[in-house]
Amino acid sequence: MQGVLSQLEERRAEARLGGGAARIAAQHAKGKLTARERLDVLLDPGSFEEWDMYVTHRAVDFGMATNKVAGDGVVTGWGTINGRQVYVFSQDFTVLGGSLSETHAQKICKVMDMAVRNGAPVIGLNDSGGARIQEGVASLAGYAEVFRRNAEASGVIPQISVIMGPCAGGAVYSPAMTDFIFMVRDSSYMFVTGPDVVKTVTNEIVSAEELGGAQTHTQRSSVADGAYENDIETLEAVRALFDFLPLNNREKPPVWPVFDDPARIEMRLDTLVPDSPTKPYDMKELVTALADEGEFFELQAAFAKNIITGFIRLEGQTVGVVANQPTVLAGCLDIDASRKAAKFVRFCDAFSIPILTLVDVPGFLPGTAQEYGGVIKHGAKLLFAYAQATVPMVTLITRKAYGGAYDVMASKHIGADINYAWPSAEIAVMGAKGAAEILYRSELGDPDRIAARTKEYEGRFANPFVAAERGFIDEVIMPHSSRRRIARAFAGLRNKRKEQLWRKHDTIPL
Amino acid sequence: MIRKILIANRGEIACRVIRTAKRLDLATVAIYSDADRDALHVREADEAVRIGPAPSAQSYLSIEAILDAIRQTGADAVHPGYGFLSENAVFAEALEEAGVTFIGPPASAIRAMGDKITSKKLAAEAGVSTVPGHMGLIEDADEAVRIAEEIGYPVMIKASAGGGGKGMRIAWNATEAHEGFSASRNEARASFGDERIFIEKFVTQPRHIEIQVLGDKHGNTIHLGERECSIQRRNQKVIEEAPSPFLDDVTRAAMGAQAVQLAQAVGYHSAGTVEFIMDGGRNFYFLEMNTRLQVEHPVTELVTGLDLVEEMIRVAQGETLRLGQEDVRLKGWAIESRLYAEDPYRGFLPSTGRLSRYRPPAQGVVDGVTVRNDTGVFEGGEISVFYDPMIAKLCTHAGSRIEAIDAMADALDGFAVEGIGHNLPFLSAVMDRPRFREGRLTTGFIAEEFPEGFKGVAPDEHAARALASVAALVNHRLQLRASRISGTVSNHARVIGRAWVAKLGDHAFGLDIQEKNDALTVAFEKGETVTLASDWQPGQREARFVLDGTPLGFKVDLPGNGIRLRHRGMDVLVRVREPHVAALAKLMPVKQPPDTSRLLLCPMPGILTGLNVAEGERVEAGQALATIEAMKMENTLRAERAGTVKRVAATPGESLAVDQLILEFA
Repeated sequence: MQGVLSQLEERRAEARLGGGAARIAAQHAKGKLTARERLDVLLDPGSFEEWDMYVTHRAVDFGMATNKVAGDGVVTGWGTINGRQVYVFSQDFTVLGGSLSETHAQKICKVMDMAVRNGAPVIGLNDSGGARIQEGVASLAGYAEVFRRNAEASGVIPQISVIMGPCAGGAVYSPAMTDFIFMVRDSSYMFVTGPDVVKTVTNEIVSAEELGGAQTHTQRSSVADGAYENDIETLEAVRALFDFLPLNNREKPPVWPVFDDPARIEMRLDTLVPDSPTKPYDMKELVTALADEGEFFELQAAFAKNIITGFIRLEGQTVGVVANQPTVLAGCLDIDASRKAAKFVRFCDAFSIPILTLVDVPGFLPGTAQEYGGVIKHGAKLLFAYAQATVPMVTLITRKAYGGAYDVMASKHIGADINYAWPSAEIAVMGAKGAAEILYRSELGDPDRIAARTKEYEGRFANPFVAAERGFIDEVIMPHSSRRRIARAFAGLRNKRKEQLWRKHDTIPL
Repeated sequence: MIRKILIANRGEIACRVIRTAKRLDLATVAIYSDADRDALHVREADEAVRIGPAPSAQSYLSIEAILDAIRQTGADAVHPGYGFLSENAVFAEALEEAGVTFIGPPASAIRAMGDKITSKKLAAEAGVSTVPGHMGLIEDADEAVRIAEEIGYPVMIKASAGGGGKGMRIAWNATEAHEGFSASRNEARASFGDERIFIEKFVTQPRHIEIQVLGDKHGNTIHLGERECSIQRRNQKVIEEAPSPFLDDVTRAAMGAQAVQLAQAVGYHSAGTVEFIMDGGRNFYFLEMNTRLQVEHPVTELVTGLDLVEEMIRVAQGETLRLGQEDVRLKGWAIESRLYAEDPYRGFLPSTGRLSRYRPPAQGVVDGVTVRNDTGVFEGGEISVFYDPMIAKLCTHAGSRIEAIDAMADALDGFAVEGIGHNLPFLSAVMDRPRFREGRLTTGFIAEEFPEGFKGVAPDEHAARALASVAALVNHRLQLRASRISGTVSNHARVIGRAWVAKLGDHAFGLDIQEKNDALTVAFEKGETVTLASDWQPGQREARFVLDGTPLGFKVDLPGNGIRLRHRGMDVLVRVREPHVAALAKLMPVKQPPDTSRLLLCPMPGILTGLNVAEGERVEAGQALATIEAMKMENTLRAERAGTVKRVAATPGESLAVDQLILEFA
């Protein structure tokens, strides 16, 4: 018996060593942790249950028969984050460059199947050279098996991808179908085709970092939701995000003990909106003033900065925030902002996360770039996402809510439950000056008269009461009591239920 | 009798005057420019009158507009505060003509003391010690030496037209005086085309010490002791105190007597200040007289127990001084710190914007220690570009100088200001400087103690341990809360370990922590144990932590990637991690911050008013590249070294944020 026990110990030790001491040292030299080290940081100490540690590939071509390492380049299993269950897979770059073989894919699929069945999120740590070329189509099949599961699990359990090394070619499409992608600065990249192919085909000379580094994907492509300095800070951020997310689509978002008075008064909000309508202010100050303990987990912070998305807690419970940012492009909606917010609203709705919308929007960004780029369809995504959402929704208009953008930004008409406005709100078809110029075109030559007309329009519409008289605004609230009012609004919506007609699925304007 | 006072000022001093007026049951009128519509002084006054647009010249400096406001409101007296029209004789006369009481000195005294040369002459005639010097034309070097010898070495030889150190020499003996005169004259001729030179006593180890005087309209004048204002930055006072750690009773009496003589010589009444410069041998020389209430008057109030604004009001309505010189008693020690919206990490450049957080420490008297905060701002208010960047004057008073300094350091730790750059960490740093604590001050203190500018305070081993302990407690409570999240796997709850590693900068400490009856015992790997208690809970941003029995104030922020603690001018990010994570963290690459030496970044928020170079242009070190207008100040940005402009990233007229790119060099 002793012999068998020690044999197990030996096999475990061998598997844990992955690609061996030299490759581990090389991984460390690149400033990267190994697959198991990463799980040690991500999960609660001692919580990881590993599976399929002894799995090896079955390929024989190209000398692979003798090139076998236990685990086959991916570490899989489950553990906990602050005591809540999570399924994980972590690709091991020290084993055959973390390349994906048929068996490697099977290990990932097993974890995903378990996650869906048991209703817990999946976090994938990606660090892989790509398909295992020696296996050919078997490797491609493996990818596709993973892709299908990503699609099937979408909206059932949260899926988080962390890119911690290379992720190229077909490999990018699994993360792309998950809910969140985090990247490590300077040591991770994602692209469909690498710099060499790009050069051959298009003659563009570009580095891997420029083509698909963290900066590219957080600022330009919006593929990634966040980027952090190194492996550890990235994994710590994933832990922080995880604390906001429900385990699956049948559970409520988590709640934790709160030390912040939901009725906290913030007098500074009474002076947040400047006197001049053209002067910007930082909407993030409002977001953090409303949030429990001022904590805000922002997503896609570097992309489409004219809209803010992220999570806060109110009375200890997760709330998704969508807010126009007046400091960037006056907070108007454009293609990027619409896409960014639409994706976020869809995620919240899928996972029962209530949505708070803070509105200061002068309209859609005009211009050929926008129209040719299809702002109609992209704007419709956000409109569609809101219109279809059934989670509790509270909207607060701080200043401008003009035109179609008013409708889009979680207006009463498209399904928000409670709509508040500050006294500084202006809910109108457009700004007073523009409106006066259209209504009184004949007086355009006379600036004094137009000014008078503008004043008249302002007096009539540049306030929240016209909308409040019609019930489009439920209540005009004092800025300083916003946290109390919004917390109470959500408290009253905790048992919201909204039935929908049967359909196979909607046809969102993709 | 005065019934309604209009305060011809804004900001903290307007609030200060309103406070006393209210206590005396007098009605108050505030005036405001468009930029100050929502200002604190407007809210606190009984009435408020708009007097014009934001620029001072069209509002707070407009005598006409203020006279209008007086007519509108029926105010029968005006307190001018400091700055603006406070030392404007024309204004004082205009009020007199309008039959309104000016709460300040007679116009004649303002006029007499308003001119540097006249005031110095008057002072000399009144028997006040002035800096010995020779203002006349000096023929040649020999005459210069003779004059220098009369004055006594060291002397300063200066070009009349001089400025910026050009044509200026210090001579410690006859040879140096001889050479210095010739050299200065040559430079003066070359630089200014004006070879007139004058010589005066060079004051070594100079200290700025001033005497507060108070007189009534019946010829009674007293002095209220001194204030030392040696902690200055570019002639702007930053920290003041009363009394001065340098004065003895004899000198104090001599200075006081001279100050009173001068006041009487010019028929002074109301509050005024006679400023002196003092050398290392306690020789003092008249600088100037300020015919108004000084910014730093609270320190005098704290040591004398008087309310200077009340005394000014009483004098203005003709009352006799309520106390004689023998009734003036100086009790304890008072310090004042001026909190400015100036970013100490950026060479004290002005910072403007919204005060997203403003929480001064509690005011009042606790255990014989007084904390007083004079301010004109509020949370959510705006520090505008139009006026003085002072946010508040924080004062402490205690039995001894060291107690007052310690109270100030603690009060600063409990003072939260966010949203704009400010000098609070710098003030904290000064409180901890041994040279300051020992009272070895000169007007060169800041330049000498911070020769490279202010770079923040790096914690020493002892402070690092304190910070690590506080972070350990914060982390412990955060982890505890996180482990109480809903939806955990039953019976498999996360167990929070006792072993942690706290890392801040180059300091890393292995810690073993244990919580007992609300106190946390932190055992350091190397033996030491710290016990700390605190009512800190997640979300609390200013908190007190009792470390081994000593209560200390810390600012706690959670920026997402660690625990940011601020204390005594230190500003650190502490990462508290489990030992296995801390060990792995050592493998993480150390990343160099991006190289900005090839970039010209905007150092402050402002408007790019001028761009002097174009793409492809070669520039020399020191060449003016661009001008930024901020706080109504033109700031010239110069090339740090020679190079070629690769790219121009901003256009004139553009409004720039801090660190926004203006130019890129090849």
